[in-house]
Amino acid sequence: MALLGRTANGLFWMHRYIERAENMARLIDAGLRISLTNLSAGPEEWHSVLTSAGVEAGYRAKYAAFEPSSIIDFLLRDPDNPSSVVSSIDTARMNGRMVRTALTREVWEALNEGWIHLKRRLGRPVSETELPGVLDLVKRQTAYVRGAFHGTMLRNEIFDFANLGTFIERADNTARILDVKYWVLLPKHSSIGSPLDHFQWISILRSVSAHRAYTWEYGADFRAPDIIDFLVLNRRMPRSLAYSYGMIEESLGYLARTYGVEHECHQIARARTAQFSRCQSINDIIEGGLHEFLESFIIETNGLANEIARNYSFYPI
Amino acid sequence: MTAFDEMLLGTEGVRPPYEKFQAWFRKQDPGTLIDKSGEAESLFHRTGITFAVYGDEAAAERLIPFDLVPRILARAEWDRLAEGIEQRVRALNAFLDDIYHDQEIVKAGKVPARLIEGNEAFLPQMVGFRPPAGVYTHIIGTDIVRVGEGEFYVLEDNARTPSGVSYMIENRETMMQMFPELFAQNRVRPVETYPTDLRRSLAAVAPPACKGEPTIAVLTPGIHNSAFYEHAFLADQMGVELVEGSDLKLVDGRIVMRTTQGYQPIDVLYRRVDDAFLDPLAFRPESVLGVAGIFEVYKNGGITIANAPGTGIADDKAIYSYMPDIVEFYTGKPAMLQNVPTWRCAEEDSLAYVLDHLEELVVKEVHGSGGYGMLVGPTASRAEREAFAVKLRQRPTNYIAQPTLALSTVPILVDGGLAPRHVDLRPFVLVSDQVRITPGGLTRVALKEGSLVVNSSQGGGTKDTWVLEV
Repeated sequence: MALLGRTANGLFWMHRYIERAENMARLIDAGLRISLTNLSAGPEEWHSVLTSAGVEAGYRAKYAAFEPSSIIDFLLRDPDNPSSVVSSIDTARMNGRMVRTALTREVWEALNEGWIHLKRRLGRPVSETELPGVLDLVKRQTAYVRGAFHGTMLRNEIFDFANLGTFIERADNTARILDVKYWVLLPKHSSIGSPLDHFQWISILRSVSAHRAYTWEYGADFRAPDIIDFLVLNRRMPRSLAYSYGMIEESLGYLARTYGVEHECHQIARARTAQFSRCQSINDIIEGGLHEFLESFIIETNGLANEIARNYSFYPI
Repeated sequence: MTAFDEMLLGTEGVRPPYEKFQAWFRKQDPGTLIDKSGEAESLFHRTGITFAVYGDEAAAERLIPFDLVPRILARAEWDRLAEGIEQRVRALNAFLDDIYHDQEIVKAGKVPARLIEGNEAFLPQMVGFRPPAGVYTHIIGTDIVRVGEGEFYVLEDNARTPSGVSYMIENRETMMQMFPELFAQNRVRPVETYPTDLRRSLAAVAPPACKGEPTIAVLTPGIHNSAFYEHAFLADQMGVELVEGSDLKLVDGRIVMRTTQGYQPIDVLYRRVDDAFLDPLAFRPESVLGVAGIFEVYKNGGITIANAPGTGIADDKAIYSYMPDIVEFYTGKPAMLQNVPTWRCAEEDSLAYVLDHLEELVVKEVHGSGGYGMLVGPTASRAEREAFAVKLRQRPTNYIAQPTLALSTVPILVDGGLAPRHVDLRPFVLVSDQVRITPGGLTRVALKEGSLVVNSSQGGGTKDTWVLEV
């Protein structure tokens, strides 16, 4: 059976927005934990969460001050913020409805039920004491969708387009989180080794749900180059840039085999993974400028997404 | 006005089809059943079987209430109905073929010419064209009401794009999930066969340009349409593509859909888009819901459109009153299913009668649907009737009137137990190489006590409809 370009597009974006909703919850969680330590001046930490989420301009247009409560509200439940949890889940569900015929009943119901629960809960304000419970709810509902997806979907091109959405979004999000915090990880940073740094680093790891995983890979000490290596090059870390690109390349490879044809997007993805493989040490990237690296990575990933859309006729020409 | 109750006879008795159900019901704890109602509702919410109410921005998506008490028909009752329906849908197709060709029925003086030529639903573009297998209306939902033991009336022939079939199937699914024991005790004929039947019916009317296995697609106006759930449901169940106008274009005399591997031709299109929006080149020029040039492709045998454009002339309410003659004209036998007596307000005597008896009649717009723009005389206020009378005098040709029928009742579950509510029935019929009728259909129920309006947009609900095997 043929797959409509519009359906591939809907699957791609449904999964991008599920991933985004989940990452947004993790980011808020990281911000919350830092602000609870009392070691950091709260508003700055929240400010950096806004920047990581890429929604600072939208926030400034609406609020004058960086109040934790309005930042949380903006990230969690503001329909005017297209990347808020509520908007993301709405967009994911709208795309899911559009591609309903490509999903199993289990995936659709997990998505629809998640939407019902989150809509209901996020329809009323969330106080700081309720926040951990609400963030858990977001992570749980998105996990149900992912679980149903992995457990019931046929491994065909539908699965591949959905996975492309997940990992393009994840690569983008992890790069953004790193980019906002890259200054904390710079060796010249003045307060290096201070307790504040320690929490900053943990907050980075927490925002990708990996502070425990880190110790498995690198031991108990939090060291800047190791954290960067973990999030950029480590192929066992499911949110790292290299892992995300590995998955993107794999999904594109399946598509090439299914359809018997390769496109420009294959070359772009392959070039990037090759670059990751060539990279012997994370110091190569750090010396070349971490910020510059991340900036061009984000632009390149965005370009890859556009190329995928073009190569597989997501939109009418 | 006493209505015929399909379940209960007097205070203690029960009609035969409901015997086993009643025995089961008496053993149930009322509180548990009310809980089950809530359970059913959350099942429907999870499935996302919702509809949009036009003009109601706040409630973008709503559920149609579902009542747990099934509506049960005995096999003999159903067989008689099905036979009558088959006769009627064959006549409808013969009528359409005649109307778009020689118009023998007009020449015979059975249907006035002005009702055809001056009718918005009549498409001059269809004149002289015969679709594959000579089928015009492939998918029909015949609305039937009951007033007595053996008294059924056809209220409307929905021959354009009838909806509700997804509810028929989901209602059964829900009942089987919640009360499996009921299906062990009663032998209920299945309705899940509908999507397969639909697929077969559509495949059997492939156009001349089709090579090999036909590619079928469902055309939807999109996720904001009130029946989107159903469009997706049917495409999913049939295993065919659900397309929108933006997915389609004309290439080399075929309508093709944009896939991840380029463009692929569609052979049969089950469209859930109205005639007027189907093709901006042939019909309404500003429409973006259809695809430019599809009508020409259709006439050249490049695609089959189901239902055919122009079928609306057959279920037009002005034509409706002629149905007994139409059925007899084409089938050579008197209509087995009765029409509701109808006054055509276009006729002077009838208009006078209708204006004199507004408090006992139901007055409908000839082109209206969904229960909008109608007057239910007995429940309307004096002021409403007077306002309607003004509209009637201004445009009498726009209206027909029918007596207020004492629609049969079937009990619904309420806090205190069972309470009778009025119902209608929409069986779903497929016409192709053969006529396929799914046993049962969609029972719509007016949930408000005494109400006769069953439309979902006006507070109606639905029930699972059983046809017993024995």
